[in-house]
Amino acid sequence: MSDVVIVDYGAGNTRSVRAAITHVGKSSEVSADPAAIIEAPYVVLPGVGSARSAMEHLNETGAAEALRQRYRDEGPTLGICLGMQLALESSEEDGGVKCLGLLEGKVVRLEAERVPRLGWAIVDPWGDAYYFAHSYVAEAPDVVATSDGLTVALRRGSFLGVQFHPEKSADAGLNFLGQCLSLV
Amino acid sequence: MPLPRLIPCLDVANGRVVKGISFVGLRDVGDPVELATYYSGGGADELVFLDIAATPDDTQTMTSVVAEVADVLEIPFTVGGGVRSVEDASRIIESGADRVSLNSAALAEPSLIGAIADRYGSQAVVVAIDAGEGVVHTHGGRVATTTPTLQWAVEAAERGAGEILLTSIRQDGQRSGFDLELTAAVRGAISIPVIASGGAGSAQHVADALRVADAALIASIVHENPSGLPGLRREIESLGVHLRPLKGRA
Repeated sequence: MSDVVIVDYGAGNTRSVRAAITHVGKSSEVSADPAAIIEAPYVVLPGVGSARSAMEHLNETGAAEALRQRYRDEGPTLGICLGMQLALESSEEDGGVKCLGLLEGKVVRLEAERVPRLGWAIVDPWGDAYYFAHSYVAEAPDVVATSDGLTVALRRGSFLGVQFHPEKSADAGLNFLGQCLSLV
Repeated sequence: MPLPRLIPCLDVANGRVVKGISFVGLRDVGDPVELATYYSGGGADELVFLDIAATPDDTQTMTSVVAEVADVLEIPFTVGGGVRSVEDASRIIESGADRVSLNSAALAEPSLIGAIADRYGSQAVVVAIDAGEGVVHTHGGRVATTTPTLQWAVEAAERGAGEILLTSIRQDGQRSGFDLELTAAVRGAISIPVIASGGAGSAQHVADALRVADAALIASIVHENPSGLPGLRREIESLGVHLRPLKGRA
């Protein structure tokens, strides 16, 4: 079995995530197989596409229930961008979508001077700049990091979610991913 | 607000980087993968690949270039040129690009903007506008349309574009500075970010552009001296524009 299972929800670009995982010396596979998701040493829920189509896909394949089971089993999981948002209870995107509900909280439309919020921004208290590309943002209690006052990292139990793209954040992103995956 | 971005633009035809890259330290200055990695290492915040041939054969080649770049590059990149349908965009994004850039195809069929944004999100759609004399131009800036620049920028944003790549055709290639007035006018009319393009000849020009835009596209200034990118960044910072800190966490 690979070190990391990247959850497939039919939304294209998992290539960069795979490349970054390879870069930090771990093996990965892309799968929606519930057993693989439950059993994997580490799971990444990536983030491209829309909340509705992602949840439909996750529900159809049984990956959604597998992710809940994995969370109860305390299996380490990283959610990236939309992948972090999907862990919450619901999202305002696409007229309202029920999400995985691993963590308390919801996803709301981003209110900022420029939306989408695109580019590199400093994450506090970590201090480095990471790459963001989002129009929605989490409102949730389990905040571990912020950027421009927005919630950009959540952690509860074995789930860690980040709004930025570590796989697109050069050295800072690779260091972050390396630390996450040092668990496996 | 996110930090202002410095975006080198690479023109690609038939899988090769074309147009004046001069550098002795690269094994193959025409290899998009090697050059992309080099610019990324030098502190590029993002890259744009412009497929300037965009013939059917070339499109296939471009798709493999995108995949190869995605396998080695850990910064975001946009691909433009030859994106004429949702299928074209899917092919490029699913090969690993973060965003596609639409130009004349969006003008001809504005609904394309929303169709791609619905599938991949607004952040994945850049609309490139070649502007001059108040109107949008096509054919690499040679043909003027009757569409006012500001009106098109507003419509593109409403239709779901996530960013405007604004090129001043008057300034493009002149290296005498960006068209700051045009850039500020367009950015003032919309609430999505704007990349300024056309006219970068010095660090001062880029710094000036980054005060009125969210990002600056640079071409010849960096292609003529690719190893000068870190120095260019430092010079821009010394002019008071804060770019992203390059050091990762230890």
